Amino acid sequence: MTTTAAPPEVAAPRVVRRQASRLHLGALGLGVAALVPLAFLAVFFAWPVGTLIARGFVTDGALDLSGFAEVFARPRTQRIIGQTLLQATLGTTAAVLLGVPGAYVLYRVSFPGQRVVRALVTVPFVLPTVVVGVAFRSLLAEGGPLGFLGLDGTLAAIVLALVFFNYSVVVRTVGGMWARLDPRATEAAATLGASPARAFLTVTLPALTPAIASAASVVFLFCATAFGVVLILGGQRFGTIETEIWVQTTQFLDLRAAAVLSIAQLVVVAAALWVAGRARSARERALQLRAAHTAPLRLRRDAVPAAVTGVVVLVLLVAPLANLAVRSFHTPAGWSLDNYRNLATTGGTNALTVTVWEALANSLRIAVDATVLAVVLGVLVAVVVSRRPRSPGARRAIAGLDAVFMLPLGVSAVTVGFGFLITLNRPPLDLRSSLVLIPIAQAIVALPLVVRTVMPVLRAIDPRQREAAATLGAGPLRVFATIDGPHLVRALGLAVGFAFAISLGEFGATAFLARPDRPTLPVVIFRLIGRPGAENLGMALAACVILAVLTAVVMSLAERLRIDRTGEW
Amino acid sequence: MTPSFGRCAALTAAAALALGGCSVVGGDPEPTAGGTVTLVTHDSFALSDGLLDQFTAETGWEVELVAPGDGGALVNQLILTQDSPLGDAVFGIDTTFASRAVDAGVLAQYTSPAAVDGFETLGGYLTAVDQGDVCLNVDLEWFADADLPVPEGFEDLLEPGYADLTVVTSPVSSSPGLAFLLATVAHFEDGWQDYWRGLLGNGAKVADGWSDAYYVDFSGSEGAGPRPIVLSYSSSPAAEVGEDGVARTANVAATCFRQVEYAGVIAGAENPDGAEALVDFLLSEEVQADIPGSMYMYPVTDVALPEEWAQHAPLTEDPLTLDPATIAEKRGSWQEEWVALLEER
Repeated sequence: MTTTAAPPEVAAPRVVRRQASRLHLGALGLGVAALVPLAFLAVFFAWPVGTLIARGFVTDGALDLSGFAEVFARPRTQRIIGQTLLQATLGTTAAVLLGVPGAYVLYRVSFPGQRVVRALVTVPFVLPTVVVGVAFRSLLAEGGPLGFLGLDGTLAAIVLALVFFNYSVVVRTVGGMWARLDPRATEAAATLGASPARAFLTVTLPALTPAIASAASVVFLFCATAFGVVLILGGQRFGTIETEIWVQTTQFLDLRAAAVLSIAQLVVVAAALWVAGRARSARERALQLRAAHTAPLRLRRDAVPAAVTGVVVLVLLVAPLANLAVRSFHTPAGWSLDNYRNLATTGGTNALTVTVWEALANSLRIAVDATVLAVVLGVLVAVVVSRRPRSPGARRAIAGLDAVFMLPLGVSAVTVGFGFLITLNRPPLDLRSSLVLIPIAQAIVALPLVVRTVMPVLRAIDPRQREAAATLGAGPLRVFATIDGPHLVRALGLAVGFAFAISLGEFGATAFLARPDRPTLPVVIFRLIGRPGAENLGMALAACVILAVLTAVVMSLAERLRIDRTGEW
Repeated sequence: MTPSFGRCAALTAAAALALGGCSVVGGDPEPTAGGTVTLVTHDSFALSDGLLDQFTAETGWEVELVAPGDGGALVNQLILTQDSPLGDAVFGIDTTFASRAVDAGVLAQYTSPAAVDGFETLGGYLTAVDQGDVCLNVDLEWFADADLPVPEGFEDLLEPGYADLTVVTSPVSSSPGLAFLLATVAHFEDGWQDYWRGLLGNGAKVADGWSDAYYVDFSGSEGAGPRPIVLSYSSSPAAEVGEDGVARTANVAATCFRQVEYAGVIAGAENPDGAEALVDFLLSEEVQADIPGSMYMYPVTDVALPEEWAQHAPLTEDPLTLDPATIAEKRGSWQEEWVALLEER
């Protein structure tokens, strides 16, 4: 620092100048940090998707937007858009109504075995949809254990499955906030004579509203773009924008209709993201948070949330998974471990080109690459997005950047897969048949979740800490290493776990990219379940169980690494 | 700071491990000196271990596989990538998409000298490699227990006695489903819509995909669902033979629709010679004999079928067929009319 002998009025401008140049350096660093992931997203997402959509709007070399009027005029399109919004609204409402009690039970209070239950509720989020579809349908179909409910092929079944997938998003987002709410406000309300219900409605719920809104908009996004589960459980009658894009692209090659629908979907997704962004900034402004606070679960006080959560976890989450697990031990000759022994083979009459264990090894290798990519890029994005510059223009740019990295969640895997085929086809990027594309595609899917896990932790750092360090003479890198670094390391554990689990379970994009001689575990499961014979079905179910257990282990290890619960997922 | 340091060390170690070998990048074997030939195919393509190595030993070309989706998506992808082909040879274009591929000009003129007589070549662009039938399958035990005769054709399914017994798959999202729709068109011609109204009116269920129908709704397989009539393949009964050597299911021959899978050389291929050699190789005795076991289809040449197939799942003698050109022209409108028919209910 400046010499102590120098008079203050002389030193001050020098310090300011030096700080200013450091700020420039810092801004430059942030710019570079933003450019790397942006370039990645531009090449591997925006370019392929944009090119495919553009083909739908070009007729004989000229731009032709008549597709909008024509496609939107079809009664089928209107019905499909209506159906998409209806399903997403119902799925989101149900997930929130059931998830909020779950957030309380799993994060605000504590009980033995809680960690296991938390890991368990995360498993569905990363399971391949083929597996979930079959697990659900075999429970609900006529003759299944829950067949008497008559839910098979109904809208209710789809909504239940959407809740199955997205329950953990609500529980984690709302729970993370709830655990850190100051309990004294509720206690004060109780002292003043408010009933627990009234205290909840007037004190706790308003404080949680931003977190709930943020979770709801993300769940809405996932529900509005759900694909496999809608097809399997609802068939053609409940077609959504996402399933219709698939049909129009792969079956009819009607790129015009697919492009119009893709744009419609992007509008829905952008609206959901906008709501999410509003809710999030409200949440960050409004609350005084403290370190996580939990009290032991007391059955009398917590009867209602405990009962709701118990039923949801047991009936909605555990029953389909348990059904899967039980059936994996069933063979034509009775109960045995044969299905698991067969995982070392290539299936009944060679259904596969590799053994299931080899496919698992492929999956793990790909997951390592995808995780490294997603975490490196995700941290860069999070570092940039977590800044809160003073100028409104820079703030808007950062909010825009944040939304841009969420967009891949709202674009159909078919569009990405077909887009890859028509763009990444010339040197230096002739990657169409390269295995490298698989981790790249999976990293794009995992990226938004990594950003959402890491960013809130970085945002929670008081900017004055960084300013103080800079004033004391630390360069931008040193500031980052000493102030952000320790927080970052804490958030990384969970981010790594999420990226790894998502890569392991990713099917939509992988199915377009995996080579037949190097399949991943979900691809192999899909192939086994598409072949007749008890042996193949048994192996598929056993492989599903392996995938589910692996996911649960990865997630619970990641939970262990996590100290701070500010993440959103 | 100590715990963070430990964690940091663990993460660094993990990253080092990742970058140092247990990663997929760079794990590809180097191509051999003779060059490669790229086969574009669908995601069900499989051959027994060593067969493709044999091709390499015979010709010096290493085979690289690209499988970007199912059968229908395959042709559409070839059309989309016409100006920069995905590979040299293609296998897996079936009857329902063959004409579209030829019309779009994605194939080079080539028919293998080994091509089997009696199969379409669509003007000299395609070579038939394997075939199979999509048929209704029935659960024999169920019908014996219920004391109901096994259905013998499409019309039986409209009888009140067969109400709620059938599950088929969607002709929009599943390729056997499309074949079944074509079968009803071939059989009923202009009356196919009335037949479907009757079928759905009699409680037939439409599942999204084959796995779903076969393993969840069908009573004759592992899933033990409630419905004894399912849309599947003529070869499926061979997979349902018990330890006692008795098949639990059978197909309904009068409902079988023939599908042929073709191979061809892609227009603009980098290695057309390798592609032609590969198409020829697919008709070799070794590959033809391997097809039932690895792809659940029937050979086009006269190599012997596996024992179980010959006994329980022979190919239908007189299957339903439609002209590929008619299919290419009408498929889309038939599918749309079918969806409309489903929606009017």
